[in-house]
Amino acid sequence: MVSVEPTTAEVWAWLAEVEDPEIPVISIVDLGIVREVAWADEGDRRECVVTITPTYSGCPATHVIADSVKTALRDRGVEHVRLESRIAPPWTTDWMSEDGRRKLRAYGIAPPIGSAAEQFIRPEDIGRGRVCAAPGVQCPNCDSTDVALTSQFGSTPCKALYRCRSCLEPFDLFKCH
Amino acid sequence: MLDDKFELLLRLGDNALVLSQRLCGWVGKGPALEEDMALANTALDLMGQARLWLAYAGEVEEQGRGEDQLAFLRDAHQFRNLLLVERPNGSYADTLMRQYLFDSWHLLLLGQLERSADGRIAAIAAKARKEVTYHLRRSADLVVRLGDGTQESHARMQEALDELWPYTGELFVADAVDEVMAAQGIADSVCELREPWLAQVRRTLAAATLVLPPANAWMHKGGKQGRHSEHMGYLLAEMQFLQRAYPGQQW
Repeated sequence: MVSVEPTTAEVWAWLAEVEDPEIPVISIVDLGIVREVAWADEGDRRECVVTITPTYSGCPATHVIADSVKTALRDRGVEHVRLESRIAPPWTTDWMSEDGRRKLRAYGIAPPIGSAAEQFIRPEDIGRGRVCAAPGVQCPNCDSTDVALTSQFGSTPCKALYRCRSCLEPFDLFKCH
Repeated sequence: MLDDKFELLLRLGDNALVLSQRLCGWVGKGPALEEDMALANTALDLMGQARLWLAYAGEVEEQGRGEDQLAFLRDAHQFRNLLLVERPNGSYADTLMRQYLFDSWHLLLLGQLERSADGRIAAIAAKARKEVTYHLRRSADLVVRLGDGTQESHARMQEALDELWPYTGELFVADAVDEVMAAQGIADSVCELREPWLAQVRRTLAAATLVLPPANAWMHKGGKQGRHSEHMGYLLAEMQFLQRAYPGQQW
């Protein structure tokens, strides 16, 4: 048992060290999925409630993230942890931290470009033929903007596959969502 | 009426679940690695959406059934998915055309449900719509590229379109459940989606150099009410095998 209840700021700092299971270079706080940390009375004990907004509906990492959060807090002496899932408003890459974007890039994944609100498909654009690369995508290896989209879907739902026409390396783009 | 809302949620959940199951049939057999991954990712999104809808359906029903019971322990006549999504995978042209016809409708439907008077439905729809935007981008793009592709790919896409077209009528037929849901502001009538959908499909298929069958052609229906094709039983036999053989099994 912890003798003094940690502040929510302390809990946030601990969560900032919990890795995303699929992209371990960024934390779940960088990813922007931790929405709220609060203390609540549950019977005669105090409980730490962590509210998380899942990324994609079918993201298989959701359970792993929940376990990692519980483990991380228990390791610091927080015995009672409750995870809540909040789906509205839906998670967006707009919530990803600047630090997270830098780390992604250094890891070889191009960070999301632009704001998610502009990503919604306009009916007049559907089926106009070629799907072009999203404007502004830069190769994380050589910084070239001469890139081409290989596939809308990469190794995980959150990524698209690109290739660089300058250094010829393939790379992942974290999709704007 | 809670029963009507339960029906609506089953329809939404079953569409996503059954199409996801169909797409899973391609995993490891896609014509290219990128396509294999794209299909698996689309299937995964739909599976996640199915879970959200069916979990809510179970809560609304108040009979203690969770998402798993609803997915694995109902028989064909208790499923409320559209006939379109249970169509066999066929060739890659059939799978892609089925996906495009569904995605283009699905995106419009979710846009409508995002304004639902039911906050939970609106929330799930808003989340799902972001995912379906990517599904439609891919399927529409491929329909155009293959339709306006080689002689062989064009012929196959046209054949797939002609084959699947009679299953699109049901997407826009409202029944008593839809009417009650519309009256309560929970889901606008699916009839309203027909014109925007047709306009969009006409544009895409024209870009794909494919000939649209007549919009007023004879159409199949019944899936929403639980009257399914023979394919449904085979699909469920595979999907539900484990829970049928080992009831209550968990891992």
